[in-house]
Amino acid sequence: MCDQTFMAATFGPCESCGKPSPLMNIYIKNEAINYCSFCVELMACQGLQSGESVASLKRECESLKKKLEEERGKLNDVELHQVADKIEVLGALAIKTRRVLKGHGNKVLCMDWCKDKRRLVSSSQDGKVIVWDGFTLSKENGISVPCTWVMACAYAPTGCAVACGGLDNKCSKAVAMHTNYVSGCTFTNSDNQILTSSGDGSCALWDVESGQLLQSFHGHTADVLSLDLAPSETGNTFVSGGCDKKANVWDMRSGQNIQSFESHVSDINCVKYYPSGDAFASASDDATCRFYDLRADREVAVYQKDSVIFGASTVDFSLSGRLLFAGYNDYTINVWDVLKGTRSSILFGHENRVSRVRVSPDGTALCSASWDHTLRIWA
Amino acid sequence: VLVAPTRMSSKSASSLAQARRTVQQLRIEARINRIKVSKASSDLMRYCSEHAKYDPLLMGIPASENPFKDKKPCAIL
Repeated sequence: MCDQTFMAATFGPCESCGKPSPLMNIYIKNEAINYCSFCVELMACQGLQSGESVASLKRECESLKKKLEEERGKLNDVELHQVADKIEVLGALAIKTRRVLKGHGNKVLCMDWCKDKRRLVSSSQDGKVIVWDGFTLSKENGISVPCTWVMACAYAPTGCAVACGGLDNKCSKAVAMHTNYVSGCTFTNSDNQILTSSGDGSCALWDVESGQLLQSFHGHTADVLSLDLAPSETGNTFVSGGCDKKANVWDMRSGQNIQSFESHVSDINCVKYYPSGDAFASASDDATCRFYDLRADREVAVYQKDSVIFGASTVDFSLSGRLLFAGYNDYTINVWDVLKGTRSSILFGHENRVSRVRVSPDGTALCSASWDHTLRIWA
Repeated sequence: VLVAPTRMSSKSASSLAQARRTVQQLRIEARINRIKVSKASSDLMRYCSEHAKYDPLLMGIPASENPFKDKKPCAIL
């Protein structure tokens, strides 16, 4: 009998036959079932006997999807930008480049701010990870990572450590091991846990000390390109976005996918929570950024313009959540009025794609990373 | 009528499991409590207006308070 290949996040004793093997982690009626692939097949055969079939499940699937659409539609009594009509239009923003950070030898793929609001870390296709002082432009530290395309880097909450990951499928000295590239990583509220997203379609939570997998998150049907942790006041959830055009919200403790949004028409490159934690924004190859409210469970705004035809790779909110900074493949950063849905301003300066934008922890500046080998600080 | 269990290939076993998983997931999502967009919108707007004055990029803060902005040279009289 030929076994199928599947991605196993855990290895252990099968809950049905007891033999140690790679386990398929599935949920049946809200219960987690960790069986080896042989026992899953047996169970599926028994399921067939009771009259269930793939066809009948598919029908139920379609009717549930329709029901979801209806429920969501009933609450769509007004559009966000209509409610926002009564507030004043934003004045012109006086934001320009204040610093240009040069030092990387190739495309800068990712950056993150330290909580001290002045240091930042950046990673590049040249395999280097550099820690900068944003005020003085001095390079405090630089390390070489033994792989190219270091796609993700993150600063630890205490400022004492940096994590990075990329094409070597690992995050920092094999704390996290995926079966495909690591696209994003972030520390949770302590230096001891890291959350990663991967080209293997999953997200995972790891213990930094032991490298142990604490929880895995399955549900995306293609590469996961980005993730963001909910602001600490709102609890243990995070959002992820990927090549299956879906943005999923997850419960970190149970591993459960609690909400899912599919309105983009191409890969989602980046997801970011709104500062209150009640909403999030996404950037996509379909040249739009979208805004989803979690309590209304639907998309509430689309940020797009006929003149904006290149994919958006990254988004971040200003401190109050009123502005959305989005970096595009046409080398610009568009600043959107989140509530009114209009573009407030465009930031020019980079000479190649913008790969990442991040607002500093105290909101005083925006840092952008680009394929033009530089980072810029705007204020 | 007795239905003899058919020999299933590995592929159909996994698509059955996959279909079950999808239905399970949709059942969970269908059950969540949702609020109206009008209520959600006004809450988002309230958050923005309450925090607007603390948003340096939105309000613009003077160069003296922003370490990234260059201060004007001061003339010594």
